[in-house]
Amino acid sequence: MLKIKNINTYYGQVHALKNVSLHVNAGEIVSLIGANGAGKTTILNSLSAVTPPRDGEVIFEGTSISNLSTDRIVEMGISQVPEGRQVFKDFSVEDNLELGAYLRFRGREGRAAIKSDIEDMFALFPQLSSRRKQMAGTLSGGEQQMLAIGRALMAKPKLLLLDEPSMGLAPLVVQEIFRVITALRAERGTSVLLVEQNAKAALKIADRGYVLETGKVILEENASDLLENKEVQRAYLGREKKEIWER
Amino acid sequence: MSEQLLQYLLSGLSTGAIYSLIGIGFAIIYNSTGIINFAQGEFFMLGGMSTYYFLSVAHLPLPVAMLLAVLLTTAVGVLFERLAIRPLRNASPLILVIITIGGSILIRGIAMLIWGKDTHSIPMFTGNEPLTIGGATILPQHLWIFGITLLIIIINRFYFYNTVSGKAMRACSHNRRAASLVGIDVKRMVLFAFAISSAMGSVAGIISAPLTMTSYDVGIMLGLKGFCAAIIGGMSSGIATVFGGLLLGVLEAFGAGLISSGYKDAIAFIILLLILFIRPQGLFKKAETERV
Repeated sequence: MLKIKNINTYYGQVHALKNVSLHVNAGEIVSLIGANGAGKTTILNSLSAVTPPRDGEVIFEGTSISNLSTDRIVEMGISQVPEGRQVFKDFSVEDNLELGAYLRFRGREGRAAIKSDIEDMFALFPQLSSRRKQMAGTLSGGEQQMLAIGRALMAKPKLLLLDEPSMGLAPLVVQEIFRVITALRAERGTSVLLVEQNAKAALKIADRGYVLETGKVILEENASDLLENKEVQRAYLGREKKEIWER
Repeated sequence: MSEQLLQYLLSGLSTGAIYSLIGIGFAIIYNSTGIINFAQGEFFMLGGMSTYYFLSVAHLPLPVAMLLAVLLTTAVGVLFERLAIRPLRNASPLILVIITIGGSILIRGIAMLIWGKDTHSIPMFTGNEPLTIGGATILPQHLWIFGITLLIIIINRFYFYNTVSGKAMRACSHNRRAASLVGIDVKRMVLFAFAISSAMGSVAGIISAPLTMTSYDVGIMLGLKGFCAAIIGGMSSGIATVFGGLLLGVLEAFGAGLISSGYKDAIAFIILLLILFIRPQGLFKKAETERV
């Protein structure tokens, strides 16, 4: 479904992604794990053309999307939930969801269908439904994250890019959000590319995973294998070397 | 004496309404691009001058001339964005601001070549029989100014708060990256901002031309006054800038009436400087939340 071939992305002089290649199959949940600054977010932003890659190719459903602008990429069916939620703080919860469907309004899709999708989002995140008229900036971190996911889903993406959805959230809320991600795949067949610091939780729901280090993909395996991988356990799952040796 | 004060108040409010319209134009462009468009005053000039042209040279009826003037000015605004702003999207705001100054000189120069240096006037919309309100006299044109300004502010508000395209424009100004990630074409919104701002500027120019006359260079001073209104309003494209414009207009009128008319422009710029020194966020702090 998505294929990235040898992309290189730069921030000014800084070479942030070095010949990165990866793919996501239809209906798959793929996790990107790695330390801070490894380039996880940069991969998502390169896909969304927020920081377009300098070379290499991105192919989505058989078409090259390397030269498209951010809004055209959303139109193709790739929606990103950015790091730090980035909800429209001075807009109500409902307005945020409505703006998520901006392209569908422009595509002359009926208001009724969009309204009913907004209701679906409230069914998916019942916590939001009692706050529909509230300004998004007054929501808790977890609610803002739910809203950000809901807003992205309103565009009916085929591929959802999630950037650190668990950042700064209480464990129970994180569980809830991960539950929704799995449910989305089961119910709508949405493919997910998930970037997480919380490697353990991410690998648990994922089918496959990529490990990044200083802008390079250093490992690609099934998620369950990565969870068992000793090097990954030591570096990203918080297990002591000693503990691993003693087993 | 109180009649005199009422007179100052009314004429101040009508000048202030004009400042508001120009100020909102500044704010809309500022909020969508982060630049101050110093060509804003030229849209005001184009509105008045082209109405004069369509009316007196092309001999069209007033409503048609006004409509054509708005369309012409909007086309200039859109062209300006396309030719001067869009090609340089990655330039720093300072460079773009200087480009808008260059653009304003260019537009003014072309207007002078086409229409000459003379001052022109267009007729009042409906007669020039003064009306008396509580001892003060105003012209029907003043009522037109109040009415049209009010109408534009209401339409503006409706557009930005109740239509998807208006909300998308506000979203761009709040969080450009998030806006593009939901599929909003930010460049298109910038173009819209220039179209709306130039249309509003031209309307201001048209409705005030019967009272204040118009010439190729009226845009300089009115542009600065509109900028001043927007600064008082904290660059809000909503009600705060309207208050900023009205306040400025009223203070000017009282200053000119009670102190000396020679100080009229000085008052505006003293206010501008004071605001920039003391409250650069605008006079009404809450305005922050309704920036567009």
